[in-house]
Amino acid sequence: MAMTEKQLEEILAKYPSKVQKNRKKHILVRDSAAETPQIIEANTRTIPGIITNRGCAYAGCKGVVIGPLKDMVHITHGPVGCAYYTWGTRRNKAKSENPEKNFINYCFTTDMQESDIVFGGEKKLAKVIDDVMAIFSPNAISISATCPVGLIGDDLGAVAKRAEEKYGIQVLSFNCEGYKGVSQSAGHHIANNGLMEHVIGKGDAEEAPAKYAINLLGEYNIGGDGWEVERILKEVGYHIVTIMTGDGTYEDLKNAHVAELNLVQCHRSINYIAEMLEIKYGTPWLKVNFVGVQATCDTLRDIAQYFGDEALIQKTEEVIAKELARIEAKIDQYKKICEGKTAFCFVGGSRGHHFQGLFKELGMETVLAGYEFAHRDDYEGRQVIPDIKLDADTKNIPDLHVEKDPERFRLKLSPERYEELKKKIPLSQYCGMNVEMKDGSVIVDDLNHFETEEFIKILKPDILASGIKDKYVIQKMGLPSKQLHSYDYSGPYAGFNGALNFAEDICMSFTSPTWNFITPPWKNEPLLVGTVTEEEGVA
Amino acid sequence: MLDCTPKEIKERTGGGLINPAKTCQPIGAMYAALGIHKCLPHSHGSQGCCSFHRMHLTRHFRDPVMASTSSFTEGSSVFGGGANLKASIKNVFTMYDPDVIAVHTTCLTETIGDDIPSIIRSAEVPEGKVVIHANTPSYQGSHITGFSNMVKGMVNYFAEATEPIKKEQINVIPGFVNPADMREIKRLLKLIGAKSVMFPDTSGVVDSPMTGEFQMYPEGGTTVAELKDAGNSKLTVALGRFASSDGAEVLAKKCLVPVATLKTPIGIKATDALLMVARRAFAKEIPAEIELERGQLVDIMTDTHFHFHGKKVAIFGDPDIVTGIAEFVLSLGMIPVHVLTGTPGGAIGSAVGSFEEDIQEMLSQAGVKGNVKAGGDLFTFHQWIKNEPVDLIIGNTYGKYIARAEDIPLVRVGFPVLDRSVHSYMPIVGYRGAMRLLEMISNALLDRQDRDAADEDFELVM
Repeated sequence: MAMTEKQLEEILAKYPSKVQKNRKKHILVRDSAAETPQIIEANTRTIPGIITNRGCAYAGCKGVVIGPLKDMVHITHGPVGCAYYTWGTRRNKAKSENPEKNFINYCFTTDMQESDIVFGGEKKLAKVIDDVMAIFSPNAISISATCPVGLIGDDLGAVAKRAEEKYGIQVLSFNCEGYKGVSQSAGHHIANNGLMEHVIGKGDAEEAPAKYAINLLGEYNIGGDGWEVERILKEVGYHIVTIMTGDGTYEDLKNAHVAELNLVQCHRSINYIAEMLEIKYGTPWLKVNFVGVQATCDTLRDIAQYFGDEALIQKTEEVIAKELARIEAKIDQYKKICEGKTAFCFVGGSRGHHFQGLFKELGMETVLAGYEFAHRDDYEGRQVIPDIKLDADTKNIPDLHVEKDPERFRLKLSPERYEELKKKIPLSQYCGMNVEMKDGSVIVDDLNHFETEEFIKILKPDILASGIKDKYVIQKMGLPSKQLHSYDYSGPYAGFNGALNFAEDICMSFTSPTWNFITPPWKNEPLLVGTVTEEEGVA
Repeated sequence: MLDCTPKEIKERTGGGLINPAKTCQPIGAMYAALGIHKCLPHSHGSQGCCSFHRMHLTRHFRDPVMASTSSFTEGSSVFGGGANLKASIKNVFTMYDPDVIAVHTTCLTETIGDDIPSIIRSAEVPEGKVVIHANTPSYQGSHITGFSNMVKGMVNYFAEATEPIKKEQINVIPGFVNPADMREIKRLLKLIGAKSVMFPDTSGVVDSPMTGEFQMYPEGGTTVAELKDAGNSKLTVALGRFASSDGAEVLAKKCLVPVATLKTPIGIKATDALLMVARRAFAKEIPAEIELERGQLVDIMTDTHFHFHGKKVAIFGDPDIVTGIAEFVLSLGMIPVHVLTGTPGGAIGSAVGSFEEDIQEMLSQAGVKGNVKAGGDLFTFHQWIKNEPVDLIIGNTYGKYIARAEDIPLVRVGFPVLDRSVHSYMPIVGYRGAMRLLEMISNALLDRQDRDAADEDFELVM
């Protein structure tokens, strides 16, 4: 079902006028025939009081990007809560090659008390680092700031520097106070900039350790996505230098500069790092998408084309053929159940786009989609980046500028070949979500609770893909809801096996007999059943 | 699993936590506020706080947890959050139409010193609607302190002594327990014929039924009228000193309602104590139905004592729950050798006394020597277990890492339970709650015995 402008106006009319004016800019009804490309406002403040799904910079920094690096101890400097809520809650899986240096199941906090707020928390932080070194002796430590830290003026950088001198290991500090920016996105920037500036390139490797060396950027291994992608890439013959940062390690990340190509899975959280790696080391980046069978096949072909090696292209086709033979018939079975159904797809920064393809493969249409914390380029494509106005919230996040590394910069492609490839594959390119959406479908930035309810009433979707905070709101309406941040304790959903898992889980949502019991039988039957008869009854 | 945790206990001087056994105040305040009918909790701070708390509560209850946020930016952190809170209040009443907005603060807004009462006074509050608040600095106490502070907020804003003579009703502050526990306590009091006002009361809010319709404000929760009337009650029963006694004391001062502070009624002794207080207060005999339940519980305890007697157990979690569990396992003849809470022993500014002294007193009466700690963490708890192994761990979901590392069965009790369901619908309080606990404890131990038994020792009848 498509949405009309009039219906949209009716929803917006229920807002107070200021809110209405603001939200109007964040919602589009897709119209490919519009005279000028449709513009959506994104990455701006959420209005206070609005029940948003967004989190904070700390969640984006420590929770999303830094936390998955398994061989580091990550210390949260602040009161206990922030560390506690990012402990094991995001499903970024990690295997332990070296169990005694795997800290993924640990949670470290300075547990700031009132006296630390009053007198400063630097001393306590330094002492906690001493404790960590004495007990765990990790190869590196990260320190992430929480709201009060910035307010009281603790100098994390100085504490980190002194600890580095004392222990001879890297101690990275991140000023990712929760109030910075407007969403988790600010935290991704702070984290990734820190890794770019202080970790990548710190390794000794000068050459790629093997042929077809690649990095996988913006893959957080939720539910094991990264492992499935890794499985496929390895089978084709690629060598993965590092994954940023799902199941990633500090040690591997140091040598990220030797890769010949960077794959960008989540454009939102890492496209700027891909750009910097290209400027600094000459490594081009390719927008990839491993969600959905077709997307995975296209991506594999794009990567092979980048290297241009016939044997690799051949092997790619063999892997694709083998995988398709294995899963296609099974997915077709699931498609029979899903065909013709509609979905909302509201996720963080890239899945709101990526999963639409997978829904489509199951015969389902995405009638509403959006991102929780994306920027305009994730909707409209990278060509709008020069036009994006930098507001005060964005300017508060320090920008990182890199230059060509005089020793390690290597041109991986000739300018001619680069230009030629750009025409065929998404090299340094991302066209955004909007162009792939059907006319009449709705695109919403920072979808909130009120709008979720209203859009459901009008569009009547069969399933919603969203997060934990609105999952049960939706299910109370009798509609299945699929968490696409955490995958509802399932996964992987990426790659070929992932597509199959997803299809199976979506079908389970539709076919579960549990939905059939919502209405009690007595609601459909009057208490007294009698028949009107003219004959003499029993006395 | 947890391979980096050494057996050797080195003194840590930093004052930090490794694998905490507590979280911060605001989530407790948010949970308490959900126990007011038609109330929307509001988190005055950055978006992340509200998001984290809603996430955690939602995962524990598997039910909607609605709350709004002041959505701080760097600007509001510098210039103060007054404008954000006022805008929030206006937008929330216009769009979400609650009867009550319950504002709690965060470490951010406490650090910058936002004066919440004066911001509320200058906000647009529609006729008949109320905004209440609680200061919940995350850098003091724990989520239990936050729960307690929001209970105090309810008393401060609502309770009134309007009657010359106290009514034949008691207040019950249930503490940070599941909605099923609140229901069970109400059921017992109703059976006695004791009229009660329970606050907060999250039953019917976070265990709401599936009807095919989403209700922003479900049926449950203490109404504003009831909260006001709490000032006319003749007694307040505070269940759990850490979560409930402060609110009861404030009410005593404000409306001269006497207080009986009891343990959370987990197990036979604490349930007996609650019923005795109600019996005396109303001069009503305990009905046969309850006596039957007690008799059944004792029957099970005696009939199956060999399932659990003498087993060593390690208990962690929130102080009121841990105290109740410790008392119950002692009455079963089990040996609680490690008892730990993450919440500091005596919350700042309150008279809740010492967790460690209370537990040590219980242990010494039973002749048990054990490790007891308030304000501890699960790293310490794990090291204790490595040094003195146990047969069973009782605690929340976070205990599963240690349970796996040491191959010890875990009985999940308390908050949060993120990896199992139904727990919030089933009480652990009262005699029937004790039966359920007993079943969980026995089953965990017997399942382990079955798993480990050699074929020739594998028993059909146990």
